[in-house]
Amino acid sequence: MTAPDTNTALPEAATEIPDVEHSSQWKLMWWAFRRHRVAVIGGVIVLTLYFVAAFAEFLAPFAPQSTSSQNVYHPPQMPRLFYDTTYDGSGFGLHVRAFSRERDPFTLQTTYVPDPDRVIFISFFAKGTPYRLWGLIPMERRLFTASNPGDRFYLFGADRLGRDMYSRVIFGTRVSMTIGLVGVALALILGVTLGGISGYLGGVTDAVIQRFVELVLALPTIPIWLGLSAALPQDWSPLTRYFAITAILSLVGWTELARVVRGRFLALRNEDFVIAARLDGATRRRVILRHMAPSMASHIIASVTLAIPLMIIAETSLSFLGLGLQPPMVSWGVLLREAQNVQSISQAPWLFIPGAAVVLGVLSLNFLGDGIRDAADPYSEVQTS
Amino acid sequence: MTNPVLEIQNLITEFPTRNGVFRAVDDVSLTVEAGRTLCVVGESGSGKSVTARSVLQIVDHPGRITQGRILLHRHNTARRQGDEDDIVDLAALPARGPEIRAIRGRDVAMIFQEPMSALSPVHTIGNQIVEAIRLHEAISKKDAMDRAVELLRLVEIPTPEKAIKRYTFEYSGGMRQRAMIAMAIACNPSVLIADEPTTALDVTIQAEIIDLLRRLQQETGMGMMFITHDMGVVAEIADEVAVMYRGQVVERGAPLPIFEAPKEEYTQRLLAAVKRLDEPSPRRLAMRAASPPGATALKVDRLAKHFYLSAGLLGLRKETFVAVNDASLELREGENLGIVGESGSGKTTLGRCIQGVHGTTRGAIRFTGRDGRTTDLAKLKENELRPAWREIRMVFQDPFSSLNPRMTVGQIIGEPLLLLRTHSKHSLRQRVCELLDVVGLPQSAYDRYPHAFSGGQRQRIGIARAIAPEPRVIIADEATSALDVSLRIQILDLLLDLQERMGLSFLLISHDIAVIRYFCDRIAVMHRGKIVETGETEAVCSNPTHPYTRSLLSAVPVPDPRQRGKHVRTRYRADAESAA
Repeated sequence: MTAPDTNTALPEAATEIPDVEHSSQWKLMWWAFRRHRVAVIGGVIVLTLYFVAAFAEFLAPFAPQSTSSQNVYHPPQMPRLFYDTTYDGSGFGLHVRAFSRERDPFTLQTTYVPDPDRVIFISFFAKGTPYRLWGLIPMERRLFTASNPGDRFYLFGADRLGRDMYSRVIFGTRVSMTIGLVGVALALILGVTLGGISGYLGGVTDAVIQRFVELVLALPTIPIWLGLSAALPQDWSPLTRYFAITAILSLVGWTELARVVRGRFLALRNEDFVIAARLDGATRRRVILRHMAPSMASHIIASVTLAIPLMIIAETSLSFLGLGLQPPMVSWGVLLREAQNVQSISQAPWLFIPGAAVVLGVLSLNFLGDGIRDAADPYSEVQTS
Repeated sequence: MTNPVLEIQNLITEFPTRNGVFRAVDDVSLTVEAGRTLCVVGESGSGKSVTARSVLQIVDHPGRITQGRILLHRHNTARRQGDEDDIVDLAALPARGPEIRAIRGRDVAMIFQEPMSALSPVHTIGNQIVEAIRLHEAISKKDAMDRAVELLRLVEIPTPEKAIKRYTFEYSGGMRQRAMIAMAIACNPSVLIADEPTTALDVTIQAEIIDLLRRLQQETGMGMMFITHDMGVVAEIADEVAVMYRGQVVERGAPLPIFEAPKEEYTQRLLAAVKRLDEPSPRRLAMRAASPPGATALKVDRLAKHFYLSAGLLGLRKETFVAVNDASLELREGENLGIVGESGSGKTTLGRCIQGVHGTTRGAIRFTGRDGRTTDLAKLKENELRPAWREIRMVFQDPFSSLNPRMTVGQIIGEPLLLLRTHSKHSLRQRVCELLDVVGLPQSAYDRYPHAFSGGQRQRIGIARAIAPEPRVIIADEATSALDVSLRIQILDLLLDLQERMGLSFLLISHDIAVIRYFCDRIAVMHRGKIVETGETEAVCSNPTHPYTRSLLSAVPVPDPRQRGKHVRTRYRADAESAA
């Protein structure tokens, strides 16, 4: 639907939006992406989650490992603003209602009842237990914590050791969200290299690599993961284990990427503009890096975004089964292990909150990936509108 | 005397876009009469296809009819001859409703440009025709099958009893279009809308399809709305012509007055371009008179190219496909050589072999460089070819896929110069701006991306890239076939202009005789990988010696309605000849 060509005058489409014609692929992609509402929302949530992951120590009100035998299975508390109590008087300020512990004289079961007399104040940027940001910078202040250093409060409840679930979910975000990133990065290196070689060389090499990819795809993933993680030595440090798990996850994840890269490579190799670049005298390297790579980049980014949630799910499943990461490492999967038995579920349903975090993270990454995939080839649209 | 079957009255079809509403069809009124052909002519983007699609309400999303009436006179149709008024307004019917579906394919049928995408690949041709019949008529499967065989016989498909069991991919392009026509006329429609039905076909097949459509029309008395951009086809088939430009019908009337005394300025321009293309460029003749072609620049000697296809289990059995078979050519300095042939004749492969994009199987390509040394390009490897690639450049057919959408125009044109390392950063920009000037583009194009330009402008960018390293030979592979007629001639004139300025030689590959006749001094006719005839263009065109050339030339539609039916078509069958 282009305007009729009149040789010297520029087409109408060009004059309507003045900056489209000067816009590079990334700008056009950004415009196409922005029209995809759900993807934008997904993108914002993903960015927030990674922000949380980056500053977990600062954002968590308490250390994830600090236990409290007084507060086993403490229920969640709502933050409130107005208070009127006998001990703390009445007034206005961010606080939660304190709970007092009671034991049933017959069943000996512990229950928590709201204590109308006391509240626990929360203040922003208050000093809490000292910590090191990223294990490096010693800090004391947290985004918010109990105003009185001895107090504890539980926005998401507490687990069987009285640890604050809210802080643990925040720390879990760090591990769960990055395990996807690191795993995909490994998969990307493997996939792009093997896919690129396969697509570029073709012939026997291509056939061998493709059959290998099919072989890997034919392996049942869950038993393989189980087998490999079970084979990891139990005495490895949590960090070593973390990297070993990512390696295991990416072992299967790279095949999809290798196929995408090979497909794009084959399609691009015979494009007129790539032949034109060859005839311009560009070397092989330049043809690939300067002329072909930019066309592939957007598609690769889209596939990567869609691969991350798969990794997150895989890590969660493995850890839930007790074969992935091990405590004291905190990930969403590790946290969900607490919710494995019926008793704890009936007593403390808030142990499922990490599951909600998984759903949120995976859904928003999927929406984001869908949006990027739709925007990945902005030129088809420019030509027709 | 007038017997309208389809009347389009003040039709407006709009596409909402980000920057407001785009009116693709703007107040169009047309009438199709029973037993007559209305040709709708116009260049790309003139709204002729959208008009046709509006009739059946199959305009692409988000387009919609916002105004006007499309009246189908059912009492005038081939099926029911009656006096009572039975008029349906197609524009008023809901687009997804059963009423319009009953009309699609039954009263109004449509054939498309690309039969491959319009036919289903997973059903046999027979089943598809049966389906089309049984959708509208309650007859048994067996009767419908018999009818399908009859239809295939009607559209001259050989051995219809066997052909009916074949799949779309087993048919050639021409056969597919015939099958498509058979399906369209299956329910004996009152109106047949043909949207560029011959554009994707070779001229010889185009001629056969046009003959077929005309014969069917005489037999069934259906009204035909024939959409085309080719004035030659119009002259051949039209009873009435409507010229469209930017969504509006600018001129309507009988073909003779329109061809001979066009009233509107746009029609005049269009026909002037067509007429100019029908004879050799006077500019070229003058240039040759001033400086005749010089020494041999490029000599292709018995070049052959075989492709090996793996077949069988594990790809162990190899099959050979001969794309180019012992082709010999000679291109002199300052000369234009045209290679003409139909699709699959191997002309593109020949061009790419000469350029060195493909390796060759046999033969020599002797290229004499600027330094006077002659090298055989067929023996060189890719990195040894680079110096030759500086002097032999290529202009591609598709102006959309041949420019990297991710680079600016300045980067695209500057790429060969950048790689030669002959220019500094500043002088490179200057040189690219010069080149933009030469090909008639504003210097502001430098920082824009290709998507900001239309097809003709993109082709100019491609030409600027080709001439950037000051080559001696340019191979233009169908460089104008993606463009409209008026643009085609502008691009050819630009190439002639460059020839005069830079002393270039051109190897123009085309399926379009008119383009070759306008532009080329000598012509080589290719058929099934072989060059069957070479010679001076005018000599070959006026007095072809090889039977294939004769059939090719006789199939070309002449843009003059007076010539209609006067010249005799000859059909060429290579198999018949080789058997003899």
